[in-house]
Amino acid sequence: MKKILTLAVALASVSAQAQQEHGHHDHHSREPTSAMSNLEHAPNQPDHVMDHEVLLTKVIIDQLEVREHDGSALEGSLWFGGDLNKLWLKTEVERENGETENAELQALYSRAVAPYWDLQLGLRHDFKLEGGDSRNWATIGLNGLAPYFFEVDSALFLGEDGDSALRLEAEYELLLTQQWILSPEIEINFYGQNDPGTNTGSGLSDIEAGLRLRYEFTPQFAPYIGVNYEKKFGNTANFLRVEGEVISETTWVIGLHAWL
Amino acid sequence: MNRFFDPSSKTLPVSRRRFVTGVTAGAVIAGLPAGKSSAAEVAGPLPQALRGNHFDLHINYLPVNFTGRARTAVAVNGSVPGPVLRWKEGDTVTLNVTNHLAHDTSIHWHGLILPSNMDGVPGLSFNGIRPGETFTYQFPVTQSGTYWYHSHSDFQEQIGLYGAIVIDPAAPDPVASDRDYVVLLSDWSDESPHDIYAKLKKEGHYYNRRRRTAGDLWDEIRHKGVAQTWRDRKMWNEMRMSDRDISDVTGYTYTYLMNGQTPDANWSALFKRGEKIRLRIINGAAMSIFDIRIPGLKMTVVASDGQNIEPVTVDEFRIGVAETYDVVVEPADDRAYTLFAQTIDRSGFARGTLTPHPDLRAEVPAMDYAPVLTHRDMGMDHTGHDMGGMAAMDHSSHNMGGMDHSGHDMGDMDHSAHDMRGMQGMDHSGHDSDMDHDQHASHHMAGRNSDLGRAGFGSNAPVKHHLSEYGPGVDMRAEMPANGLHDPGIGLRDHQTRYGRRVLTYGDIRNLTPTIDRREPEREIQLHLTGNMQRYMWSMDGIKFSDAEPLMLKYGERLRINLVNDTMMTHPIHLHGMWSELETGDPDFIPRKHTVLVQPGSTISYLVTADAYGRWAYHCHLLYHMPGMFREVRVV
Repeated sequence: MKKILTLAVALASVSAQAQQEHGHHDHHSREPTSAMSNLEHAPNQPDHVMDHEVLLTKVIIDQLEVREHDGSALEGSLWFGGDLNKLWLKTEVERENGETENAELQALYSRAVAPYWDLQLGLRHDFKLEGGDSRNWATIGLNGLAPYFFEVDSALFLGEDGDSALRLEAEYELLLTQQWILSPEIEINFYGQNDPGTNTGSGLSDIEAGLRLRYEFTPQFAPYIGVNYEKKFGNTANFLRVEGEVISETTWVIGLHAWL
Repeated sequence: MNRFFDPSSKTLPVSRRRFVTGVTAGAVIAGLPAGKSSAAEVAGPLPQALRGNHFDLHINYLPVNFTGRARTAVAVNGSVPGPVLRWKEGDTVTLNVTNHLAHDTSIHWHGLILPSNMDGVPGLSFNGIRPGETFTYQFPVTQSGTYWYHSHSDFQEQIGLYGAIVIDPAAPDPVASDRDYVVLLSDWSDESPHDIYAKLKKEGHYYNRRRRTAGDLWDEIRHKGVAQTWRDRKMWNEMRMSDRDISDVTGYTYTYLMNGQTPDANWSALFKRGEKIRLRIINGAAMSIFDIRIPGLKMTVVASDGQNIEPVTVDEFRIGVAETYDVVVEPADDRAYTLFAQTIDRSGFARGTLTPHPDLRAEVPAMDYAPVLTHRDMGMDHTGHDMGGMAAMDHSSHNMGGMDHSGHDMGDMDHSAHDMRGMQGMDHSGHDSDMDHDQHASHHMAGRNSDLGRAGFGSNAPVKHHLSEYGPGVDMRAEMPANGLHDPGIGLRDHQTRYGRRVLTYGDIRNLTPTIDRREPEREIQLHLTGNMQRYMWSMDGIKFSDAEPLMLKYGERLRINLVNDTMMTHPIHLHGMWSELETGDPDFIPRKHTVLVQPGSTISYLVTADAYGRWAYHCHLLYHMPGMFREVRVV
């Protein structure tokens, strides 16, 4: 709880600052006040009718949050590339009671295959945690926007010794106003085998559902509050019961959504 | 006698210049006699007018402050806009352009018919102007009217490199006026254009602050019920399209300028009651389409894209990026009038004042409602063609002489031509109208190229989507595109019924003088404007510029270009080097344009005479669409 308060105070002060900058003019800018700032990022090569493709980098902090019961989580990604071909890094880290529960990093080649869909191929690494093993997976995923504006990220993971896993994620953004945005999301994990080393059991393993209300000071900077629900199923739940851990939990969260 | 826009009293020494902010009070007055001091000295300089046939233009950085924040513009001869260049038809002009920037630059003379190596497009006409270099442009001036110039390098158009060109005719001007003012509209951002572009690529709706909310949904449900709302929303949801996607870049970052002055600075022009005032309105914005009106005054449109047209009197008109319109107004009262230019998405406006006295100003009207896109704008309309036909009938006050089948009503004809196109796009075309179509076609096409549709009336060809349109870069294809000719455009369609304002459409425009090239088109190119808003990719036929082959034209040929807009945005399409002869329904008086607005989910066609050898640019003039929605046109 103390952590939540600390982060809340930190966020409040940053927000206040952002709002101050924002206040003068209906602009979102957090630029340096330099009088030349509007000339930045011009390409240096000779310009021939702008036929070069611009390569961009986007860093997305989807969720950086603290949770009740001394928990915290980060879900973020980074992409680099052009319109059709990109390199993606995705990470998910979850901590509870001062311990890292899981931490993973994916490195993916992403190719646009349809107007709203990217095919993503690469590797996922689960970091070695206390009392667990590290694991490597090959990843094939589909990331994009489904009809009715659901943001979908789904991936099949194939590990060593024929292990397999499937993850489905979906998120929706409901604009209450232009700046208040309510965002429900759900993540479901399946595994193809039992692995007591990582407390994952075959079949439906866990569901995580969240509801977050963010305020976009700018489209790039939005603190939020929300609620997060997690439940383990089947053998995964059994493994955890043996260890005396909770298999279902609802927590309040407070955090930051941002990109640049 | 014409009294020209010649604010020589404003050409202050550079050191005395003060720059306009959005919070400056005090008007900038044009039209005061030379030497008389005015509020202009308080607010900032207007661009000089330079006359003659020899010009030295210097491109340099310029400190500016439009919003209360210090920024740096790229300016010609130290002003934004750059100087008004006044030429004389028949002269040969020489322009020495010196680049004082750290980057390459260029100047393109927009709408000018000139040799391709003088057109100022880096990579096509020449290699650009390197830092420290001077490039000399020299070409004969073979036309008259209102045009403009701007950089064709990088995104310099966004940061100030633009100005007006006014060419006096060799023969007496058919447009009589007592006062003559340039009104150049533009959009300014304190952000770097590269940052704007990057933000759009990362989040296409970044600048849209009118996205659909839960409140909008609730309102709809209350008015229409859940079932109807669900049906209405269905297609948008399935297609993942937003009906609020009007402008990519909005008043969220833009401050809109009139002759370089913010709405607060209030650019003003003087008149005496009863005088005829000619306003040469130029849209020099990077991304902003404006709707122009002067509450209390009728505007008589006398020229479009520099070319004289048969005068049309309207209350309001839309001006696409890079278009120009000349209008004449005659204020009967001794009062001030607001020249109001609201953006197509109603996220902001530019504003100025026509006034009999520097101290007088008029009320600034509230902006009109913000438009919402309809199925029609997706090119899926079942009724739009009817509307087009009706519009033609209502508005066509023109004499339709010169047609072989003079017994025909013009409105009728447009109507059926339109129907036909709509029908061909339909999957479920169990209609009898196919027969009408055949009869109609055979009725007035006797020539060899009868299948093309007669010159002046537009394309008859069915809309076909190329295979290249089915990739990740294209999010929509208009299956039943409407005809854009009689469409005033999104947000203006009901202004006649709602406010009683007559709005100009392309269908109203007839050239003042007869069509020069009377040939029928030998062939037709159907070109689709395509894009993906989510990925912020733009292209033609689904192929972006860097992957595309040039469009090859044979020197001397007469062809038709039929544009099909497979997006929900209004695109101003600009062909360099040759006229776009817009087919507005009268083969004898085909208006000549350099930039043509293509309505969302609609088609429009024009004729081109390929009478200029060389490599030419052909592109959407929305600056951040240009990297993709661009073709080289090569005339050999």
